[in-house]
Amino acid sequence: MQRHYPLDAHFPASLSAVLDSVPVGLALLDRERRLVYVNLAMESLTGYSVQESRGLFCANILRCNRSARDCPVAKAGQLTEPVSFDGTILSRARQKIAVQITLSPILDEHGRLTGYLETIEDLRYLTKAAAKRGDAFGFAQMIGRSLEMERIFNSLPFIAQTDASLLLTGETGTGKDILAEAIHEASNRAKGPFVKVNCGALPETLLESELFGHRKGAFTGAVEHKPGRFQLAHNGTLFLTEIGDLPLSLQVKLLTILDDRVVYPLGSTKGTLVNVRVIAATHYNLEQMVQAGRFRKDLLFRLNVLRLHLPPLRERNGDIRLLMDHFLQSFATKLEKNIGSYSEEVLAMLLGYGYPGNVRELRNIVEYSCTLCQGSEIKPRDLPAYLTSAELAAPTDQTRQTVAQPGQAPAAPGFSWQHLERERIIAALQKTGGRRAEAAKVMGLGRSTLWRKMRKYGLATAEDEA
Amino acid sequence: MKRVLLALRENDIAPRFDQCIEVMVVELGEDGEVRKQETLVLAGPSADDLCRLILGQRTQVVVCGGIEEEHYQYLLWKKVEVLDGVIGRLDDVLGRLTAGRLEAGDIVRPEAAA
Repeated sequence: MQRHYPLDAHFPASLSAVLDSVPVGLALLDRERRLVYVNLAMESLTGYSVQESRGLFCANILRCNRSARDCPVAKAGQLTEPVSFDGTILSRARQKIAVQITLSPILDEHGRLTGYLETIEDLRYLTKAAAKRGDAFGFAQMIGRSLEMERIFNSLPFIAQTDASLLLTGETGTGKDILAEAIHEASNRAKGPFVKVNCGALPETLLESELFGHRKGAFTGAVEHKPGRFQLAHNGTLFLTEIGDLPLSLQVKLLTILDDRVVYPLGSTKGTLVNVRVIAATHYNLEQMVQAGRFRKDLLFRLNVLRLHLPPLRERNGDIRLLMDHFLQSFATKLEKNIGSYSEEVLAMLLGYGYPGNVRELRNIVEYSCTLCQGSEIKPRDLPAYLTSAELAAPTDQTRQTVAQPGQAPAAPGFSWQHLERERIIAALQKTGGRRAEAAKVMGLGRSTLWRKMRKYGLATAEDEA
Repeated sequence: MKRVLLALRENDIAPRFDQCIEVMVVELGEDGEVRKQETLVLAGPSADDLCRLILGQRTQVVVCGGIEEEHYQYLLWKKVEVLDGVIGRLDDVLGRLTAGRLEAGDIVRPEAAA
């Protein structure tokens, strides 16, 4: 099917609005293969705005691997029907992206070639979906079989299917970023862009322009129109990480956008309607920040429509061993080493450690150990030095109290992880009337693990020992 | 003296570092003038081979279009300055380079090259 569409330098605004609403990357090229227009999805894929792209050759912006050797557009004289091929493009953020490209010639009413329409479909969501199916205990890249994580995994398919704002809380390293992307990939917006903004990484003025965009001349240095992350995330998901660091003045603006779904770029009186799902994440306790006057209560309510709290690793009973084995297998394969297990001593050390850096820290420890390990078993000498020093046992009080669990009193100063674990075992035994099998189930532990821990903490009676 | 490697595709800066099969190595004097200039053709496109060539040539600056994060970080680690995201014709880019005005991400359009 050949299209008849007139291309001219003055691109009609009404048509650009239509093309921007398409969730697939679109580029219009002239006969010389110079870009005339790219839609929002294409801007999001390549990182180049329509103003920057205009007039440049497609190969410079798209950077497709096919354009260097056998670019179908280069065979312009031969192209009379649409062609489709797979390849990779390289974004401005230096990311290689697997895509499917369809190229269609555009002919005028006399059948003369006037340009090309290029369609770029991001294939990353397909590869991620395939990877997701392979995990036995988990969701996307997250794994776990503790009761806490199981509850989260069970709720994720439902959470992914709504467009309601979602607030993710949890200590650093618990997997908030991975979870946000996994929810996007499992949602109906998976074909749209997933755009991440770290609210704590930029100064206030830059962040405002980054989030909402600006018009040419809005401030010194604004030499061209620039779409904000909200516009780039159109028909997709905007992930605002470190939302607790968002300055109060921008909190008001964000609140307005969440209400009206209209974004006003800096220096513009014209708003753009955006269809974006917002996922926010923080390691702060936002309720405490509201009380301290550092976070707007109304914004918290808007973001807190759905909420997921990712538990710290030390509270995910049974997951430490699962993750240790998972990371060991993964890094041993990656490093092409024949490492199959941990020594007893290492196991005891890693299972008893508090992990203030949570899963990220455990992953780093295993990666470090695999890199240094010379044999087939991880030994204490392969562990990072800070783990083998004396004060490794407990997470800091600061880490533990960063996000308070509902109904949970903050731990008193001087608490250690061992103390906390002992208290949890006692509570579980009290709850189950002393029945160890049931207590182990409540805690997500094996019976023998619970028994070993009871002996360790002096909770086994003389009868038990006999 | 500064050694600069420009990744090329015909008369333009190569859009992709890993697809480039031709490079120009220039030596710039203290005044920015080109003292020596040579063009090398590679056996095939390979980012790893190109990194080896860059280090082997004791290159201090690389000018290219898109480059993968892995290779970018590797070159930085090896103390090679990478001016990536550069778009433009070789002559225009070289002109801006010798004038000491070339920066990463520059789009050098013919009318703006002077």
